[in-house]
Parts: sequence; structure tokens; C-alpha cells
Amino acid sequence: MGDPLDFTASCPIPIQQYPRIQLAHGGGGKLMHQLVERMFLKAFGDQSEEMRHDSAVLNMPAGRMAFTTDSYVVRPLLFPGGDIGAMSVFGTVNDLAMSGARPLHLSAGFILEEGLPMETLWKIVCSMRAAADRCGVRIVTGDTKVVDKGKGDGMFINTSGIGVIEHSLNISPASVRVGDAILVNGDLGRHGMAIMSVREGLGFEGTLESDSAPVAAPVLELLAAGVEIHCLRDLTRGGLASALNEIAQAANLRLLLQEKLIPVRADVHAACEVLGLDPLLVACEGRFVAFVPPQDAPRALSILNRGQSGGSAVCIGEVRGEIPPLVALQTVLGPSRILDMPSGEQLPRIC
Amino acid sequence: MKYLDEYRDADAARQYAQEIARVTTQPWSIMEVCGGQTHSILKFGIDQLLPDCVNLIHGPGCPVCVTPLELIDQALEIAARPNVIFCSFGDMLRVPGSTADLLSIKAGGGDVRIVYSPLDAVRIAGENPVSEVVFFGVGFETTAPATAMAAYQASRKGLKNFSILVSHVLVPPAMEAILASPHCRVQGFLAAGHVCAVMGCAEYEPIVARHRVPIVVTGFEPLDILQGVLMCIAQLEQGRAEVENQYSRAVRPAGNQPAQDLIREVFTVVPRKWRGVGEIPQSGLGLSSAYAAFDAAKKFGLTDRVVLEPAECLSGLVLQGHIKPPECPAFGKRCTPEHPLGATMVSSEGACAAYYRYRVLTK
Repeated sequence: MGDPLDFTASCPIPIQQYPRIQLAHGGGGKLMHQLVERMFLKAFGDQSEEMRHDSAVLNMPAGRMAFTTDSYVVRPLLFPGGDIGAMSVFGTVNDLAMSGARPLHLSAGFILEEGLPMETLWKIVCSMRAAADRCGVRIVTGDTKVVDKGKGDGMFINTSGIGVIEHSLNISPASVRVGDAILVNGDLGRHGMAIMSVREGLGFEGTLESDSAPVAAPVLELLAAGVEIHCLRDLTRGGLASALNEIAQAANLRLLLQEKLIPVRADVHAACEVLGLDPLLVACEGRFVAFVPPQDAPRALSILNRGQSGGSAVCIGEVRGEIPPLVALQTVLGPSRILDMPSGEQLPRIC
Repeated sequence: MKYLDEYRDADAARQYAQEIARVTTQPWSIMEVCGGQTHSILKFGIDQLLPDCVNLIHGPGCPVCVTPLELIDQALEIAARPNVIFCSFGDMLRVPGSTADLLSIKAGGGDVRIVYSPLDAVRIAGENPVSEVVFFGVGFETTAPATAMAAYQASRKGLKNFSILVSHVLVPPAMEAILASPHCRVQGFLAAGHVCAVMGCAEYEPIVARHRVPIVVTGFEPLDILQGVLMCIAQLEQGRAEVENQYSRAVRPAGNQPAQDLIREVFTVVPRKWRGVGEIPQSGLGLSSAYAAFDAAKKFGLTDRVVLEPAECLSGLVLQGHIKPPECPAFGKRCTPEHPLGATMVSSEGACAAYYRYRVLTK
């Protein structure tokens, strides 16, 4: 594959005669064939013969594999700091990384809404290719369906991924131990607030950009350096609070966080204060927590902060004890409280 | 973050707590009126910094919580109609009516939209001339000026497809009602700073004079609340009862005159039922006769109704400060944010929600 930047810059939209997606683009006939050939294969396929089959045939290394799937639904499709395409690649790569796997291959299923501008689709497909190149993965198989106008939010993407596990650790809540340090790889809540900043009805001016990014490389670096990772979890929907509550309950352990150590950027904090939202419950798309033995924490942090300006990977707390299984948070004033899982979507307050 | 971190400083908070302990010679019960203050208290653990003999009682200042069931049911009925775009603050969407909530109306196909400002609803009405756009006007004196501005602008633009389901309520009559109760334990108030930023401080003078109770206009950050508590206890210990302003960086004694003028232009004071509490005289705002054309209840021909609250829900006692949420037998058992019996469990300013979210250890 060539340089992804060259690829996108040198490739004008390949389907000129249809400015918008029509139902026929999913109908199995010539229009669909054209869409697959000129758009998806052009963007993804250096193995175009493979991709024309009903399934991709892959040579896999021996040993343990990780396999995951995720569906991506976001409005708007293009947002500050990312788009649904890059997010659908990074998200699935990150899910594989949370097992400590080296991501290898992805599938991409598209549900397109009739009327979607072809130019938007092309931008998103190019962004997926660039994202795949950045992560060192290949999109090897896919599917396209078109639904009636009004029945889809522009487009939905499902990606599945497989990766190879090259370590012998059991990275899961079951491996978490009392005394483990809890690390995060960067500031929290930026993706959710970037999306909210551009949504109709909740608009406020700002330059917040999503934190959408792949995290497989730093996880593989931790493993290569011999950091004994006990558990990893990416901080997507429900943010830090959901991820840590899930781990606390699965591990049957009590976690204690220090509020003053949790990194939240001032602009994210301000936006949350205005809307009455808790940044610890807001989604991220390039952030994860790592549970490591306390003696490994300094080394892990120096690896995670390599190449990052500001050193925003930090230790935010520790695994404190056996029961009750919950997440406690020592507030900036000193007393402790619960950090609960959100009940549903956070809704802006009245006043 | 500037203008925020200064008011969350741990050393200053400790110093305030020490000073409160130093001046307190006997037990005192102080009510913070606003649910936003309640959430700050529980979120930061402010009550844990205070001496045991200082009891913070949580007040009725949660607009979502006090919106009567009848009005929620009316909102649900309007929102479920075809050709209606129903606009609401996000906080109202999970509040249970008799049989449903706005989120389930939305799931059933109703066009329910979250707006951050009532003026967004006016804009939506302009953009959708063939739809009926209804704004659910909920809140205290804090949001009333924005609702009034929406009615004013809609009137100026001659919008015929815009109306408001009005449920605005007023703080001082609720404080009077609490003080008039034979079960009242409140010895001093922390008044809601943002309400006073609009209305000023003068309307609390008659309450202070009539009931000999200190009222300290207080902000929402930890140091605001600690300073408000200190000022209130100092008054109690010295036998004074005055209106004092802790939140002087936001509240001018006369309040915001243009906002008050707008409220007077658009609204008229009416009796209002408070959910779980009952009717409080002169405690609500309704549209004045000049703006009656924007009254959604009239426009949609909704009739007055009386709906019974679930008997198991004690949110009325919570809102009046008679009990704290964990004293309700249903709290955390039959009543949770996922299956609420009352609005105090789902509102971001509800006292039950605050205790459940920050305090419950037995879930």
C-alpha cells in the first residue's frame, strides 16, 4: 500500500454520475457492483481478487487469537478530530488491543441511507483506509446494504477484527490484584464533548477535538517492555466510571481513585460544567485504563507518555481491597464518595 | 480551571470547616434550598467536613422534582400527538408521569427534542411552519426569563405554531410553606444564588422579618457553600436573623432588572401544585392574558385533571426537608434511577438521585 496521504490526495471521488446513494447501490446489480469496485476495492483492496469472494481467506499465525466486533453510530458523521470511518477502525483495533492482541485484519459492513452524498461516503472510506494504514491492519472483507431515506442516520458501520496474541498473560478483570495501580493514557471526555459541541440544539462555539486514536501500539510497547499488565479496558460509552465499575464488579474488588489526579482538560471541564455533565461519565475514543502491579507503574507511565506532549498518562488510583466491589473517589476536598455507573445517557440539566 | 478551582481549594475548605466548628456551640439545622447545592454537598462530601451537630437539610429547589404529575401527563399527551415537535430541557425526559416518560414517548415515535435554551424551540418553530412546536417551560426564577423571552420573541415574530406548557415556580412562597409547617426543623436557609442573581435579595426580607430565620444567599461551589454555612451559623449563634449575600460575585441586591421586567411582561403569578407537596398559593407563573395565545394547555384543549402519586414515594417529605432520602423505605430498593417512583430519583438536582449516586454503599 502507498502512503495514505498520497492515496487520499490523489484520488478524486471515483463515482461521478451518482452524487447520492440510491437504493440500487445495495440491490446486488450493476450499481452495487460499481460501488464495490470503484469505491471500496479502490480504497481498501490491494488484494482485490480476495475481496471479490464471499469470504477472505487468511493465513494466520499459530497460537491464541483475539476476535471482536463493534458497530458505529455517530451523528454527525464527520466531527472535529475524526469521523465515523476512522472511529470504526480505531475502535475495533482498540478492542483487540484491550486483550493485548496485535490487530491484523478487519471486516467492514456498511449500512448506507438512501440519499447519503457520495462525496461523504468517499471521505469516510478514505479515512478508514488511512486509519487502517496507521494501525497496520488490513480491511479484507465487507458488505454493503442500503436502507430507505429516513431509516438510517446517514450511515452505520460495523467492523469486526482479529488479532494475534503474542504474550502469555491473562489480561482480564480476574487478574486484577489488591494494590494494583490504575493508569489512564490521557485526558478524559474529549470525544463525547466534541460530538456534543457540534450537535444541533446543544451547539456552543469551541475548538474541542475528539480524542479518537488507536491505542494498540502503546499497549504492545508495554508488553514488549515486560510490564505485567493485569487488565485493560477502553473508555468508550459511559466513560471512566462505567469501565471501572465493570472491572470492580467482575473482579469483586474495591477501587479508590484520587479526583485531583484524574486528567480532564480545562475546555472539556468548562463544557461539562456549562451543561451539567460529569466528564468521568463522558465517552472517549482513544483512552484506556491499565491495571498494573505498583512496581511496574512508573515504567508503564514513561512508555505511555513517550511521544505525548504534556505527559498526560497518569496513575489515578489503586485497587484498595476486597469488598464491597465498587469504585470510590476521594474528592478534591478530601472526603470520599462513590463513582457510580451512569444510569443511562447523561442529559443536560435545566439550570 | 480558572474561576472554578479557586472555589474547590482543599486548604481553604478545611479552614472554613475549622472556623465553622469553632463558632458552633449547639446543634443547628440549615436548609440549602437548591438541588444544585445539594448535589455539590454530596458530590464533594461537604457535609462530611462539618461538625456532627450541623445538619444540612435538603430543600425543594429541584424544578424537575416539583413539576406536578398532572403537568407531566399533559406534556406526554401533547408530545405523543402527530405533527407536534415537543421541546424540553434534557433533565425532564426521564421524569416518570403516571404511565410513561418523555423518553418512552420518543421511543414510540413522538418527536421529542432536547433544547438547551427556550429560544432554540422558537427557532425550530420558525423552521417548521407546518408543525406545532411546544416548549415545556419548567424551572424557577432562573429559567423563567428565558421562557419569557421565547414567548416575547414568538409574539414579535407572529409565530402561530409555537406554544409553551408552563410549569414555572417561585422560591419564596415555597420557603414560606416550609416554615409554616408544624414539622419544620429549618433554622436557617442557604438561598439559591442563581435565583437571586435574577430576582435580587429584597423578596427574602419579609420572610426573615416574619419568621426570624437567617437567609444567606449562597453560590454552588464548595467554598461558597461552606462560607454560606459559616455566615448562617454566625447569625444563629449571635441571635441575628438577616438576609446576607455570600454570592456577591454574581448577585446584586436588586437582581437583574431587565429579566424581572420580562417576567412581569409575560407572566402572571398563579397558585401552583408542587409534586408531592400540594398546592402552594401564589407560587407559580402562568402566561399573562397578553400571551394567552401561547398557552399550550389551552391550545391543545387539555383539561385539568387530578392524578394520584404512588403512595410508596415519599419525595414530598424529602422535598420539604422532613426526611432524608435514605429514610424512605423504597430508597435504593423499589426505587432506583432505572426504576424511579418519583422525580427526585432521576433529576440531576434531585436529593434522592444525589444520595443514590454518591452515597449508597449497599447497592
